[in-house]
Amino acid sequence: MKTIIKAALGTALLALGASAASADTLSDVKAKGFLQCGVNTGLAGFSAPDDKGEWTGIDADFCRAVAAAVFGDATKVRFSPLSAKERFTALQSGEVDILSRNTTWTVNRDTALGLNFVGVTYYDGQGFMLNSKKIPGVNSALQLSGASVCVQSGTTTELNLADYFKANKMEYNPVVFEKVEEANAAYDAGRCDVYTTDQSGLYGTRLTLSNPDDHIVLPEIISKEPLGPAVRQGDDKWYHIVKWVYFAQLTAEELGITQANVEEMKNSENPEIRRVLGTEADTKIGTDLGLTNDWVVNIVKGVGNYGEMFERNVGSGSALKIARGLNGLWTKGGLQYAPPIR
Amino acid sequence: MQEHDLSYVRVEMVNAQAAPASERGAGHWLRTNLFATPLDSVLTLIALLIVSYYLPSVINWMLINAQWTGTDRTFCATTAQGGGIQPEGWSGACWAFVGAKFQQFMFGRYPVDERWRVYLVAVLFVALLTPLLIPRVPKKTLNAILFFVAFPIVAYFLLLGGHFGLRYVETALWGGLMVTLVLSFVGMVVSLPLGVILALGRRSKMPVVKLLSVIFIETIRGVPLITVLFMASVMLPLFLPPGTSFDKFLRALVGFSLFASAYMAEVIRGGLQAIPKGQGEGADSLGLSYWQKMGLIVMPQALKLVIPGIVNTFIGLFKDTSLVYIIGMFDLLGIVRQNFSDASWASPQTPMTGLIFAGLVFWVFCFGMSRYSMFMERRLDTGYRR
Repeated sequence: MKTIIKAALGTALLALGASAASADTLSDVKAKGFLQCGVNTGLAGFSAPDDKGEWTGIDADFCRAVAAAVFGDATKVRFSPLSAKERFTALQSGEVDILSRNTTWTVNRDTALGLNFVGVTYYDGQGFMLNSKKIPGVNSALQLSGASVCVQSGTTTELNLADYFKANKMEYNPVVFEKVEEANAAYDAGRCDVYTTDQSGLYGTRLTLSNPDDHIVLPEIISKEPLGPAVRQGDDKWYHIVKWVYFAQLTAEELGITQANVEEMKNSENPEIRRVLGTEADTKIGTDLGLTNDWVVNIVKGVGNYGEMFERNVGSGSALKIARGLNGLWTKGGLQYAPPIR
Repeated sequence: MQEHDLSYVRVEMVNAQAAPASERGAGHWLRTNLFATPLDSVLTLIALLIVSYYLPSVINWMLINAQWTGTDRTFCATTAQGGGIQPEGWSGACWAFVGAKFQQFMFGRYPVDERWRVYLVAVLFVALLTPLLIPRVPKKTLNAILFFVAFPIVAYFLLLGGHFGLRYVETALWGGLMVTLVLSFVGMVVSLPLGVILALGRRSKMPVVKLLSVIFIETIRGVPLITVLFMASVMLPLFLPPGTSFDKFLRALVGFSLFASAYMAEVIRGGLQAIPKGQGEGADSLGLSYWQKMGLIVMPQALKLVIPGIVNTFIGLFKDTSLVYIIGMFDLLGIVRQNFSDASWASPQTPMTGLIFAGLVFWVFCFGMSRYSMFMERRLDTGYRR
């Protein structure tokens, strides 16, 4: 009896190990013919359905960029909407090839959970919003002692809030909601003085307020939320591909390569541009990654460079109208910086 | 000739007269139903006040002030809210949002050029169900076989595809009302027979059968549905070898059906207990076998008694389908809520409008089931009424 149990357990563990370390994701993806991408079940600007039901947003577009690099076709993606609870299991079990679901990069997730974060596609942070008509004269979060704060339950937001007020020795009354729309509605109806969530979320909330102009976002950012895509540990090749797709998008923006001019840029005199686009003689960057040498051309044609992706989904081209800020290129005062492609 | 000539005796019948004015017409109805006692009058007045206070603003919001057409959020927002055409302080339903997303609410992400398959299944469903529901239409047996056996098979091949030249449509793309209906239909069709068997098993004199039935029913009833779904979607993949992944939707279907069966079994057991022992003994004395006794004598009476309980379970099941939200599938409510995150439609009116729409659709289905069950109860009522 014992041996049977042992054998069964062993098989189960073996299966677990095999599924967790699925050896060669690139070959698997190529064999399947599409990329399976885990996204949020609905978050404005990151992954939300449009009128036709197509996924839009930065997170969804990043998966399209990876598909463009692998297949030369940005449409070869299938999306799995994942809840916050099931997202890591889905990646570990191989249900998705890449997790692009506004996931905060933390040391615990990077090491203990068996994930590898490839970079930061969006620098976010938790902020506060309040009604300046109702509570005039507040222009810093340090003046919020005694305030009632609307917050969504079960998120790191709730914990950061507690930490911040404790660290600054202030009192507050949390008003907790399970669903975003409930929290939004309660804040709009004046049930609490302050609303807190990630800054990108505050912009989404503003769209649902009856008098958005009365509300101000306080300058304090109380947490670091570097959001980025993640892949499974143990497959360096795939990890490199996804990481360099992200860097390639940044490099394209830096070099001024856009969706519109990518074909002309192929004939550019600039050796750096020619190297990135794979038109320089003896360039083997793409093939070394396991892709084709026109991989960057495909990415930019498919979804554009990083700046275009940003503006279309959360920036001036969207209803959210978020400024580049920290997400600007390093040359323009932001944090987005790519190692050289050479 | 007259038998007597007493002038005060009436000789012809008086014509039938209408009831006195105080006993008929709207006035009488009002008096008996709304103003019978002082307490009734007060309650009526309070109710009237509440209705007259809220109803105009509800009608105003839902119909008069509502925005019926539009292509994005600017149609449903005032200038201060970043919109264009609505005046300051405007508040009204944004039906334009429902209009723009209607296809998605019905089909989820089912590919547009394959949606005729869903329509076809819907037409078949209505065409087979309607005659089944109307008692005087003949050929009930054939109809029932077509509906409960042939239809699910045809629907399976049509919706999923992958055979007969139909494109394969993975269930991850299914969504909206379609998922709600598929889940609840399968749940209902599986749970009733399974429930009957489990109920009989629990009352059986065979110890093993009885034990298994009890264990199944009590385990499933002891665990919340959300836990069953969560285990199936999050834990199961970790234990399976890679490559043998069950379809998420299939997992949800199995979970739902088993769950409903356990509840159904207890409802039916309640009906069985209400049947007098003499009925079974009578059947035994006629020499009927166990299945004949149950199928011809006991079950018809028991099921008739528990129609309200069965319909209750069905309605509960229909509404529980929203829980598939937690495993990343989107029924009607899920897909409505998901679309709140579309920034090009986010406005103060959008969430309320979407939820009211979802509520109306759910209400139509549940109310329909409830009315039909009442009709069935009256029709099958063969004598216990007092």
